[in-house]
Amino acid sequence: MQLTINGDTIDLDVDPAMPLLWALRDAAGLKGTKFGCGVASCGACMVIIDGVATFSCVTAVGDVEGEVRTIEGLAKDGVFHPVQQAWIDEQVPQCGYCQSGQIMAAVALLEENPQPSDADIDTAMSGNLCRCGTYSRIRAAIKRAATTMPLPVEDQAASET
Amino acid sequence: MGKILRRTFLIGTGLVAGGLAVGYYAASRPWPNPLEADLAPGEETFNPYVKIGADGAITIIAPRAEMGQGVHTTLAALVAEELGVPLSAVAVDQGPTSPAYYNLAVLEQGGPFSELDTSLMAETARKATRAFGPLAGMQITGSSTSVRDAYDKMRQAGAVARTLLFAAAQERLATPASKLQFDGAEIVAPSGRRVGIASIAAEAAALPVPDEIVLKDPADWTLLGKTQQRVDLVDKVTGAAEFGIDVDLPDMLYGTVLMNPKLGGGIETVSTSFAEAVPGVVKIVRLETQLGSGFGVIAENTWAAFQAAEAIEVEWGDAPYPSNTESIMRVFRDTIEGPWKGSAWRDDGDVDFAFGDAPPDSIFEADYEVPFLAHATMEPMNATAQFANGRLTVWAPTQAPTLIQTILADAIGIDSDAVTIHSTYLGGGFRRRAEADFALYAAELAREAGGRPVKVTWTREEDMAHDVYRPAAAGRFRVRMDVNGMPDAVDMRIATPSILKSIGKRIFPSVPIFGPERLLTEGAFDQPYAIPNYRVAGIEINMPIPVGFWRSVGYSYNGFFHECFMDEIAERAGRDPIDLRLQLMADYPLAVAVMEKLRDISNWDRPLRSGKAKGVAFTMSFGSWVGEVVQVAETQDGLVVEKVWAVADVGRALDPGIVRAQIESGIVFGLSAAIGQQITFSGGKVDQQNFYDFDAMRIDRCPKFEIEILENSQALGGVGEIGTPPAAPALANAVRSLTGKRIRSLPLSGEVEFA
Repeated sequence: MQLTINGDTIDLDVDPAMPLLWALRDAAGLKGTKFGCGVASCGACMVIIDGVATFSCVTAVGDVEGEVRTIEGLAKDGVFHPVQQAWIDEQVPQCGYCQSGQIMAAVALLEENPQPSDADIDTAMSGNLCRCGTYSRIRAAIKRAATTMPLPVEDQAASET
Repeated sequence: MGKILRRTFLIGTGLVAGGLAVGYYAASRPWPNPLEADLAPGEETFNPYVKIGADGAITIIAPRAEMGQGVHTTLAALVAEELGVPLSAVAVDQGPTSPAYYNLAVLEQGGPFSELDTSLMAETARKATRAFGPLAGMQITGSSTSVRDAYDKMRQAGAVARTLLFAAAQERLATPASKLQFDGAEIVAPSGRRVGIASIAAEAAALPVPDEIVLKDPADWTLLGKTQQRVDLVDKVTGAAEFGIDVDLPDMLYGTVLMNPKLGGGIETVSTSFAEAVPGVVKIVRLETQLGSGFGVIAENTWAAFQAAEAIEVEWGDAPYPSNTESIMRVFRDTIEGPWKGSAWRDDGDVDFAFGDAPPDSIFEADYEVPFLAHATMEPMNATAQFANGRLTVWAPTQAPTLIQTILADAIGIDSDAVTIHSTYLGGGFRRRAEADFALYAAELAREAGGRPVKVTWTREEDMAHDVYRPAAAGRFRVRMDVNGMPDAVDMRIATPSILKSIGKRIFPSVPIFGPERLLTEGAFDQPYAIPNYRVAGIEINMPIPVGFWRSVGYSYNGFFHECFMDEIAERAGRDPIDLRLQLMADYPLAVAVMEKLRDISNWDRPLRSGKAKGVAFTMSFGSWVGEVVQVAETQDGLVVEKVWAVADVGRALDPGIVRAQIESGIVFGLSAAIGQQITFSGGKVDQQNFYDFDAMRIDRCPKFEIEILENSQALGGVGEIGTPPAAPALANAVRSLTGKRIRSLPLSGEVEFA
């Protein structure tokens, strides 16, 4: 089975019923995406598939159509993604375990809605649980990233067609 | 500023001048420097905390579990401050597992005395504990003690390394050490002459330790007292941080466990034929351990292991406790009903006499209750183990590496020298990861894996149903009001199982644990209030459900009991709850300062518009003095927590950013439990399975925070747990004020609806 992950095409020899999460972690060796609940209740496993934030723990790898983006693919040429940079500037993480999922959810939010309101942030981010309670800094980091993140030209064009 | 006399180093008497508690060299004397055993060519080490690479790179060892509390950052800053280098100039490493990294403060914290108690007896007991600490050699992260334990010894370690390096550089550069400075991997003189650290490290390490080491005056600190960039930050925003669940080894197998959910029960009948038929399954292993009975699955990937575990058909043996919550809690309620017994941890005045002649209308009585709770760390329990050539190697997200080393050696039947524990990052701890079960099961499966490593990951359901729970507790609280409307006598009896005995049974089943347990009443007996007749008694309940330390331990339930009851007293007295507390805590200026600051920043005295209300609570815990105000509001969807103000006197905030984050974190943890969490039992099994029925606060319900840190206290306080205890009572008191409902059992959502 072939998947496009972070721009690379990867061959995976796994059961198509296996959740994408475990295909990423155990087969593709991309362990930044985390296992938290297995039932789409916590968001630790969140990845972006064709622009949509997706719980990889309940998505069968055989059903994946489109490009998968994970935390490992965000930084480009040694430069942090604006959301990662905002997470650093606000010193968001504590234990850090949920943060890959939080960051992917925030990236998907900002790509869709570059100037989210507090209510937009609540809606987009409430699927992501953090037991350390880093929420106030997550909110601050999303707002910071909203001021630094360029609107992707291709996305803009796509949304107008 | 402190000086350490030469005899401390040379003779190791443990005597220290200048007010420092324990000389680092003396304290570490029973144990060799573990870094010496594993130096690469050209590497040098000065002590267990500092290593210089062949390229001159400085590595600081931060030997406590990093589980989000920022401990690697602050511990490294202690060394770097005295070494005289910025944090960005050093690498920070967890280091090896070694008794040299014992935690002394954790033993003191567990002692049978109130932190308010500075009596001769309490101080003598603490000194005895200090003497015992190095001998016990326990490397443990817990009880909010990491920084308190490290404060002297790691600053001294940095100072010693600096002194030796500069002494060696002084010779080479013919410049007095006092004029030298670090510049990257070099030491530079004002003349511009420089020498590489690497080229003098060996010479420096061989120098005798000088007569005296002078620690910096805190006024001269450049790192401590200022918010640092956390050393784990970049790893944690790029997915590069290696948690236990991310361990990846050549030729590794994957696994999981299915243990009896009737905790402590055995196995009646089993069929594994369906499980064995799952593609990718290597082996099903029956596990009979001191921590539980069940099955392990070894497979080619985690998903196959999970599917196979689900396919095991088994009839479990019964648990040794009543099968449902109602009958379990009946035991608690009957205990507080029954005749007075237990150990009085505080017994001021004559409580029986005070109540004996009290007019009935001067007495008020209330019963309180809290449920069992799970830790529910974000990273489910897991560990990786390999057993080959008679040696066991374990990679684990653990708060207690030396403890699991001992237990695993015992279980496998090998010497503890043949067990190596590698600690990883922890995806949350809250003390769940001071247990041994996850490591033990991985070790047992490794024995069956033909020398290959096995990474054993629990499902969330397995994790939720096999925790060591925060114990349920029940309390009966009585007050006698005097004619002036002040409390003349309070009588508090708190019934809960012994956490230490439960842990003892799991860890050292052959060693009996006895004596009064402070955890039963901490948070109620040790608070800075003066009431003429004041009794707090703990009654131990025999309830063999595995219980353990949970963020803030006894303070988590006694904080709720004590501070809700304090509000009930204020209500009887017709007094403002902050006023009443201020009057009762007048002997403790630190507490008074906290409450006055809290009243100020929370605008306590300003009336709120209808539909909103505030509640307050104060709990001293882990050496820190903490008050919180919670504001709740009625909305169409239910109650919402809008804002929390917290004031904490932590003595010294070594990294204010981390202290603030920890206090917020502790509050979210406490509010999550208070609003909606409970662990219940049916048919001997835990009912809750996953985050959908044991949820925690999400971003859309998270309040705003305003946190003020005070540094009036002379003692360094803990910060990891202190935000939690006042959160639940402050919220319950706010709910009372808003709705008129006095809710005496948690979670509050049992009686009021939250949005």
